[in-house]
Amino acid sequence: MSGKNHINESILSETILEDQKENRIDHMKYLPGMEQIKSDVMDQVVDAMNRYDYTKYTAADVRRALAAEDRTPEDFAALLSPAALPYLEEMAQAAKIETRKHFGNSVCMFTPLYIANYCENYCIYCGFNCHNKIHRAQLNTEEIEEEMAAIAKSGLQEILILTGESRNRSTVQYIGEACKIARKYFRVIGIEVYPMNSDEYAYLHECGADYVTVFQETYNSDKYETLHLAGHKRIFPYRINAQERALMGGMRGVGFAALLGLDDFRKDAFATGMHAYLLQRKYPRAEIAFSCPRLRPIINNDRINPMDVHERQLLQVVCAYRLFMPFSSITVSTRECPRVRDNLVNIAVTKISAGSKTGVGSHSDEIADGDKGDEQFIISDDRDVEEVYHALQNLGLQPVMSDYIYV
Amino acid sequence: MNQMKDTWKLGGHEFTSRFILGSGKYSLELIRACVENAGAQIVTMALRRANEGGLANILDYIPKNVTMLPNTSGARNAEEAIRIAHLSREISGSDFIKIEIMRDTKYLLPDNQETIRAVDALAKEGFVVMPYMYPDLNCARDMRDAGAACIMPLGAPIGTNKGLATKEFIKILIREIDLPIIVDAGIGRPSQACEAMEMGAAAVMANTAIATAGNIQVMAEAFKKAIEAGRLAYRSGLGRVREDRADASSPLTGFLRDDEGEA
Amino acid sequence: MNIRLNGKPCELEAPMTVAGLVEANGYRPELIAVEVNLAIIPKNAYSTTELSEGDVVEIVSFMGGG
Repeated sequence: MSGKNHINESILSETILEDQKENRIDHMKYLPGMEQIKSDVMDQVVDAMNRYDYTKYTAADVRRALAAEDRTPEDFAALLSPAALPYLEEMAQAAKIETRKHFGNSVCMFTPLYIANYCENYCIYCGFNCHNKIHRAQLNTEEIEEEMAAIAKSGLQEILILTGESRNRSTVQYIGEACKIARKYFRVIGIEVYPMNSDEYAYLHECGADYVTVFQETYNSDKYETLHLAGHKRIFPYRINAQERALMGGMRGVGFAALLGLDDFRKDAFATGMHAYLLQRKYPRAEIAFSCPRLRPIINNDRINPMDVHERQLLQVVCAYRLFMPFSSITVSTRECPRVRDNLVNIAVTKISAGSKTGVGSHSDEIADGDKGDEQFIISDDRDVEEVYHALQNLGLQPVMSDYIYV
Repeated sequence: MNQMKDTWKLGGHEFTSRFILGSGKYSLELIRACVENAGAQIVTMALRRANEGGLANILDYIPKNVTMLPNTSGARNAEEAIRIAHLSREISGSDFIKIEIMRDTKYLLPDNQETIRAVDALAKEGFVVMPYMYPDLNCARDMRDAGAACIMPLGAPIGTNKGLATKEFIKILIREIDLPIIVDAGIGRPSQACEAMEMGAAAVMANTAIATAGNIQVMAEAFKKAIEAGRLAYRSGLGRVREDRADASSPLTGFLRDDEGEA
Repeated sequence: MNIRLNGKPCELEAPMTVAGLVEANGYRPELIAVEVNLAIIPKNAYSTTELSEGDVVEIVSFMGGG
């Protein structure tokens, strides 16, 4: 089965099929204003991914990888291969040991805050994409403060600020103001916004942001091109180098993710791990985080697609990340249900969101309905902070609101 | 696999032997046989004020095809090491230099900070710089960035024959630094040299262990074989050592569901 | 003429070149390096380098070392 023609059909529509036929700009060419850094990390990641043939790994390779004291990229490759699926229980046991070794029983809690949902990109799988006729909104500074105050009341000390990817509507200045407000209410501030230049990351760091998450979605540039039809996000190399620019700008940590299921998830997960691995080697001070979003397989599909990411495959990827980079932070999306999330924190996940809302202006009752924006995706875990807190305690885990002293 | 050529490189020069032999503390007559039994392609030596008159010189006893690796022993700071490197190059005619900087006469521990400075200056001049160091990851990174050709962490204080006392830290260097890691100093037995190679060291340097052995030539051969064995073990991938820990009885994967009906 | 050779005072019949000093003391040029007042003298300049009063000369060679 070749990954080349794989597509999760749930993301396709008549319109998208038509739009895919239109002429599109060169996705490998930087647009004016995009900083080009000297770095061979992208080439190394893509090269490693292209050479990754997961069919060649055997049970012996998986056993060797499981037994290894320190796991190499080759071990990681084996753990992501189909040959590792029969060893999923062993992987989970080993991952749990690594997690507890590095994190004890603490699990960080945070919540995402969408401050705007304007988007200039045409990502065919995303609810926010610029062709979707959804209700757009952008919070002003007062509204941001109201939302943050409402969240802070729940006891959370870490926040992840999100915008849709619109440089024009959600400017760097605007995001900076949001960070400055967040600083009043929270100890740890992450941003998940459009990729920007290193001096802009430096500015946001000054405003209070600590870490930057950018989802690469897929590391296969050919597939990437067919999914991101327009907008800045279409420029593949600019996105892939975002974490490095963030580190150059002084950010403490960077987050990585492929949207598993967009393309061949084994290759994408391998590339995600290699991307983090190579940047950690190049910037040893960098804190590394993984997120593990997936597109769910289509139900009632009579063909069994080996590219589908079922729960087993998701667990395999999460465990492989943990075993490869035992010190990294791993987050699980609210796209997953409480059963899956609670079990993953018991094995390898070290950061979990609570009280998540993917709409704009959803946290505070003070914000008028007309000022609110539609949701990016439907969440499967709508538990509030207290519920997640108690769920963690019931698992024998220690919920942690902030792991840092702000520096 | 045994037939596959297994070479390694230092500053563009290729070697097959992974045993770097120190030449100190021997009677000169024994050195040639020792180098031959060790199969060594690199031999270290030190620079000192010359004896007057036609006294025996170590270079008369070192086979011609062996790469001379002068060290900077006696240097107490980067400047002295650089001066010794320049003088050594005049005699050896090659760019190989092993940096050794100590300002402690009791334990002879290397000064990593001064060593970083010396690596920087000498690498810029085109030397193949091989720094002897205390196995500290941050310093090793600085040496790598300054242009070192390899990293030579100590296994134990020099001359003590105490083996891989710094094992965990050398493992970190092997994992994190993309340069040959050569375990230098402290290796007292062939089994310790073998273990260093099993861990993934590119080579082992030994001197005192051989020079003070009962039968010097035979010990040189013992080290050669131990280093080769360790290298083969590393290349073949060590087998699983079963841990005493019993397998957990409650499975962690019991929660998985095949149907994706749940939202 | 007085110089210091390898740390010791040394009286020479002036004038003398580095080549002369090396030969007079029985050193084999291929085994040594010569430094005059901290500057290395290349082997091909031994015969043209004149020593002067007060020069500090170091003549070094290899010995066993680890």
